[in-house]
Amino acid sequence: MSVEARPHGGIGESIKRKEDARFLRGRGNYLDDVSLPGMLHMTILRSPHAHARIRSVDTSAASAAPGVVAVVTGELMAQHGLAWMPTLSGDTQAVLATDKVRFQGQEVAAVVAESRYAAEDAVGLVQVDYDVLPAVTSPQQARGPGAPLIRDEKEGQRDNHIYHWEAGDRAATDAAFAQADRVVSLATHYPRSHPAPLETCGIVADVDSVTGKATLYMTSQAPHAIRTVFAMVAGLPEHQIRVISPDIGGGFGNKVPVYPGYVVATAASLLIGRPVKWVEDRNENLISTGFARDFHMTGELALDAGGRMLALRAHLDSDNGAFFADAQPSKFKAGLFHIVTGSYDIPAAHVTADGYYTNKAPGGVAYRCSFRVTEASYLIERLVTNAAIELGIDQAELRLRNFIPPEAFPYRSATGWEYDSGDYPAAMHLALEKVGYQDLLREQAERRERGELMGIGLASFTEVVGAGPGKDFDILGLRMFDSAELRVHPTGKAVLKLGVKTQGQGHETTFAQIVASELGIPAADVEVQHGDTDNTPYGLGTYASRSTPTAGAATAVVSRKLREKARALAAHLLEASPDDLVWERGRFSVRGSPDRVKTIQELSLAAYTNLPDGMEAGLEGVTYYDPPNMTFPFGTYAVVVDVDRGTGVVKVRRVVAVDDCGVRINPMIVEGQIHGGLTEGFGIAFTELITFDQDGNCIGSNFMDYLLPTSWETPSFECHATVTPSPHHPFGAKGVGESATVGSPAAYVNAVIDALSPYGITNIDMPVTSDRVWAALRSRGVGE
Amino acid sequence: MNVTVDVNGQERSADVEPRLLLVDFIRDHLRLTGTHIGCDTSSCGACTVLLDGEPVKSCTMLAVQAGGHELTTVEGLARGAELDPVQVGFHEEHGLQCGFCTPGMLLVSAALLERNPQPSEADIRWAISGNICRCTGYVNIVKAVQHAAGLRAARAAAPTEQVTAGAPGGAE
Repeated sequence: MSVEARPHGGIGESIKRKEDARFLRGRGNYLDDVSLPGMLHMTILRSPHAHARIRSVDTSAASAAPGVVAVVTGELMAQHGLAWMPTLSGDTQAVLATDKVRFQGQEVAAVVAESRYAAEDAVGLVQVDYDVLPAVTSPQQARGPGAPLIRDEKEGQRDNHIYHWEAGDRAATDAAFAQADRVVSLATHYPRSHPAPLETCGIVADVDSVTGKATLYMTSQAPHAIRTVFAMVAGLPEHQIRVISPDIGGGFGNKVPVYPGYVVATAASLLIGRPVKWVEDRNENLISTGFARDFHMTGELALDAGGRMLALRAHLDSDNGAFFADAQPSKFKAGLFHIVTGSYDIPAAHVTADGYYTNKAPGGVAYRCSFRVTEASYLIERLVTNAAIELGIDQAELRLRNFIPPEAFPYRSATGWEYDSGDYPAAMHLALEKVGYQDLLREQAERRERGELMGIGLASFTEVVGAGPGKDFDILGLRMFDSAELRVHPTGKAVLKLGVKTQGQGHETTFAQIVASELGIPAADVEVQHGDTDNTPYGLGTYASRSTPTAGAATAVVSRKLREKARALAAHLLEASPDDLVWERGRFSVRGSPDRVKTIQELSLAAYTNLPDGMEAGLEGVTYYDPPNMTFPFGTYAVVVDVDRGTGVVKVRRVVAVDDCGVRINPMIVEGQIHGGLTEGFGIAFTELITFDQDGNCIGSNFMDYLLPTSWETPSFECHATVTPSPHHPFGAKGVGESATVGSPAAYVNAVIDALSPYGITNIDMPVTSDRVWAALRSRGVGE
Repeated sequence: MNVTVDVNGQERSADVEPRLLLVDFIRDHLRLTGTHIGCDTSSCGACTVLLDGEPVKSCTMLAVQAGGHELTTVEGLARGAELDPVQVGFHEEHGLQCGFCTPGMLLVSAALLERNPQPSEADIRWAISGNICRCTGYVNIVKAVQHAAGLRAARAAAPTEQVTAGAPGGAE
């Protein structure tokens, strides 16, 4: 490598990742790797019942067990005002149950012991006397007559209804439906799934008994916001809380909320005066922490005889579990579901939503998704394919007829979004070309002649990401800006500190690339730091594909600020007017005298050694960036499947993905993100299901029942790009982490529906397992 | 009980409870934290180590069962500054993102290449199918193992020359 020039590593270069070095050698530092002197271990006792009144909790045997230091109950937490905590949706959630348990797996007590083994031994000795109550396991049941009241402790709560919410124009939509030639409808359930990062959630809470300072190592995607929430929950002074997110083994939204275990471990450390570690096992992760989706959706699309979309109606019933703990901005009760008009120029739309409490785990997180845009995208893309089948119009053609045209941007949707930029036909045409659409249609026709089931699925998703404009988007009132602090040292090397937090997205590489382009310091010379609230500027964290749109923008802006200071330094050193200086990456030269040059490294040194009169020393800055709008990545996915008519087994033959996320910082990393999302979308579409029996027992509580895709069944992916820059982002990027989880489920399911369409099958709820496909075929007399 | 294991070429001895899981022995007693815990049910493979060269899920073995055997963890893959070909392959082909599954993936890949130096894509997909990755979608892991196979072949052809191009964290 020494003879080769070092890559500069600017925007657009697929440089290899900096963070790999430690991960490849087993030198990552994940939460469970944190070990402090005197550290205790905590295990949580969880409810076996979905709904039960607690008569008594007897901790005497557990307290007497070997190695046990303390047993924490809801009663003890209540004495400190910590039995309940606020959720990210402004509801309340039990930290440790005092009155009732409201879902299977709810936290009831915690044992703190000298070792994890001792804690696990003792937790089984806690005796809880339950009075079992009937369980509510669906929104339909929750609103039914005689449904048990789940949140009886909430003043004024007389039923299980949480919210009603509407968007769009009902009258205009009704009028358009009245004029329609055709109305196509779809009722479908986007099932409860779980982000299931390979690393579970955990905390090492270390409250210093002398200074009172709480150092909290946590698996948090949003360490600053969590610090503020902790200050509010626990009443600890915020300057005495330091949240450190070490390396995170995947997040996907699961590590955004505050979980009871975090609060109990912190309280235990405070009370005992020693560090306390709590790390979930996989079962706990799946049954108690932030699930995703669980939307029962109906959609109706009004069209004219020519296939022109006139209006859209959508309604959803959201199953929120026992506590309304969705992680989303306070103004959007149903998340960003009203992006449901998708990529289409639909003149009128009306969307309604109702949320319900059920006896299921709380925490509807946006699993690799920007606040419920996934469910919205799924509904419209399924509806459009069904409409194409019903109207007898090719599904690509129907989409092309109704896309928002490229010249219509910025485009205001019927539900009020201003889309920043897009070229949907370009992405569609590229996808059709790459997948060989015309040939596939011919092949499909031939196979149908022979009775074979082959399907082509399309989805042309549009996302809304990058929250957000602070005026519209917040978490518990905290505006969703983000930050970057750049410090350039005298030798021209730099440290960049971020308010966001990587969980595998490669920020340590890509954010250095932004500095490399904007300030000319090679990416290798920029160290990116993140995840420590004592050491980074305030930010709202990494989720909802927001890091590049917000903190990425902040990094560009702060780099440009320092570049302007460097310009003044160059003018001083070169004895030229700042206006006569020409910037090219990494250097200023005097216009017309290209040999009079100062490099950014020379200017960095000058910032500490040779300043003009009146200029402050140093080359450092911080920027808090509040974006003017969301960004709207988009794309078209094409999936080809073969379905066995005898067994219902679906084989995914091809997946072609065209993504447009604006300017790509590191195409290699972007493609890696898309691969991951296509795989998680594949799992949601075909294999993953968390469901409940009538007593509220969770089915899907371990990796033997909750089936994540392995290398064996996961298809290969063919990725392609179009580039339509965001007009308002400093360097035109839009964010990409979630595009494929948002866009791909509809493409997979549409492919199956397309394969089965000759038999009039219009819906199979996800996961589209072989038994569901088989049952659908059998119901139409196929394969008998 | 006393257990003595050859760990990455060093003899390590400890007095342990008979019920102690091998993964806890590795992580907590030996402080080799590159071996991870992902599921507790032998489903995910984050805890994979090599026992006498064969991949095992260390969450499903007792520490005492490893007594007298040779154990290789991810920390034992590189020879000093020289990375194993699978480590180079994963870096070059972007075969890792969050890094949590990576130690297990590296070890099953290294074991595969030991017994099958030129595996097909299906061979690789089958070999790693007991290890779950939530980030990469496996496509780049397959490429990484193929890349490593190529490096191994190159090293075998030129045994005196170190083939370490692109090793992350090395001198550039």
